[in-house]
Amino acid sequence: MSSNEIDVKYVAHLARLTLSPAEEQKIGAQLGSILGYIEKLRELDVTGVEPTAHAFPMSNITRPDLVTGSLSNEEALMNAPAKANGLFMVPKIVE
Amino acid sequence: MLNSLTISDLTERLGRREVSSREATQACLDQIQRVDSSIHAFLSHDDADALAQADAADQLIASGVSHSAKPLLGVPIAVKDVLAVKGHPLGCASKILGKFVSPYDATAIAKLREAGAVIFGRLNMDEFAMGSSTENSAFVTTRNPWDTSRIPGGSSGGSAAAVAADECIASLGTDTGGSIRQPAALCGCVGLKPTYGRISRYGLVAFASSLDQIGPFTKTVKDSATLLEVMSGLDPKDSSSVPEPVPHYAKEMLGDIKGLKIGLPKEYMIGGLDAEVNASVKAAVEQLEKLGAEITEISLPHTDYAVATYYIVATAEASANLARFDGIRYGARVDGNDPISLYGNTRGAGFGAEVKRRIILGTYVLSSGYYDAYYLRAQKVRTLIRQDFLNAFEKVDAIVTPTTPTAAFKIGEKSDDPLQMYLSDIFTISCNLAGICGLSLPCGFTASPKLPIGLQLLGKPFGESTLLKIANAYEQSTEWHKARPVITS
Repeated sequence: MSSNEIDVKYVAHLARLTLSPAEEQKIGAQLGSILGYIEKLRELDVTGVEPTAHAFPMSNITRPDLVTGSLSNEEALMNAPAKANGLFMVPKIVE
Repeated sequence: MLNSLTISDLTERLGRREVSSREATQACLDQIQRVDSSIHAFLSHDDADALAQADAADQLIASGVSHSAKPLLGVPIAVKDVLAVKGHPLGCASKILGKFVSPYDATAIAKLREAGAVIFGRLNMDEFAMGSSTENSAFVTTRNPWDTSRIPGGSSGGSAAAVAADECIASLGTDTGGSIRQPAALCGCVGLKPTYGRISRYGLVAFASSLDQIGPFTKTVKDSATLLEVMSGLDPKDSSSVPEPVPHYAKEMLGDIKGLKIGLPKEYMIGGLDAEVNASVKAAVEQLEKLGAEITEISLPHTDYAVATYYIVATAEASANLARFDGIRYGARVDGNDPISLYGNTRGAGFGAEVKRRIILGTYVLSSGYYDAYYLRAQKVRTLIRQDFLNAFEKVDAIVTPTTPTAAFKIGEKSDDPLQMYLSDIFTISCNLAGICGLSLPCGFTASPKLPIGLQLLGKPFGESTLLKIANAYEQSTEWHKARPVITS
């Protein structure tokens, strides 16, 4: 937690989020002050403390292996921005 | 007027056949027509659909179905725009979902339907539940019914304002860091955030999956108990829902609170606390003492680290959850030359400023080289915060605090300073990190302008009955919940 300067352009690429130069600048400045505030967590000694990902961790939640109903093809596609032949249309990926 | 009734009053009158669900539903729609151009609680509502549900409820009542079998039969309940209701629009107050229509019901909605409720309307919110004022809605800012120049709180601001303005009998919201309790406090209604895992999150659009919970906004504590009971329980469709038995909350909350131990955390009576809020909360604590509760000072030593911890954990989870909005399977799409630019263009055009800010922060704290310093450290501090509460609950049955440091602030007052906005959630955030339950109820007003003040009760995991009991005893001995706003445009 050393620098309060984020490479916003790089992080935005990781997040698949196109930002305008003005947005990059504004978000960079705002996040600088938020990260400055977050720095206070360094005051605490967390040696030996287990991380909490979940307040009530449960594991191996299963249900009987039975076929149940699911969305129909039509329902699954009803909100698609582009569809054809019962499938989602996407831009060309392979030449 | 029927729209101003509580669930318990309306169901009693429906049961006696004095009124019909159609009349009650029409009264809510009429009130929306009268006041919502000043309040802007609703993003949309389908009157014909609501009235058809009301007619169906009236037929069941006529055929002899009782409210003990279907406790919400004929009761109009409005829904935050983040929950899936089959055939209704779902937008999370964002542009990125376009004209999305839900193909299925959230489990909480299915349970309301099973209990006979008339489910109507899409209530405004901060985009993707990220905010404390509804100013981050992509469409409109909801106004506080007590003073329309002020925010209603958020993110469930529409849900709180609609109940306060009697545009519905009750509503649903969601709470990730205070998004039910804070607007309930600022609008003067009862808002309950159940224990994590109490109500299934299936059909709730995820913001931060380890913190999100669905909960009710109501005019009384009893109504809150009724809705909690209907919506709670294990759901095979949400593997984080917990197999705890569901008590009869409305019955368990009855009785006095003599001998109950209530803790007052010294860390919550801080500098930024408004003098009138402080005085109201102190008076409420004295009232609880008069009712027989034993008040003890307790300490939650890591309180000061909760906001920082929350904004790492919540944004990290959000950055992952919101990856699904990429313009492929649903929502608006902005084309690009290749899939990567399609994703980027769609998300750049579809998300608003606060959502972008949080996605960037969340992606950053999870990114290579920063994960240990930010995300892992925040998860460890979360353990310390949770431990604070578990230690406190060895000594007390519940904790009492202000819900918010101030009453409702002015529209625009904090919208340019995200950090100040985040700090307004200082009293509500720890509850979600710890996974416990919390409730806000009216405990007074500021003098001028007259704005509601909220009292927050925090309870043990699955300790909702105790919270409701304390809240009910307090409510029955005070008049705050009976005050209604005079709505001006």
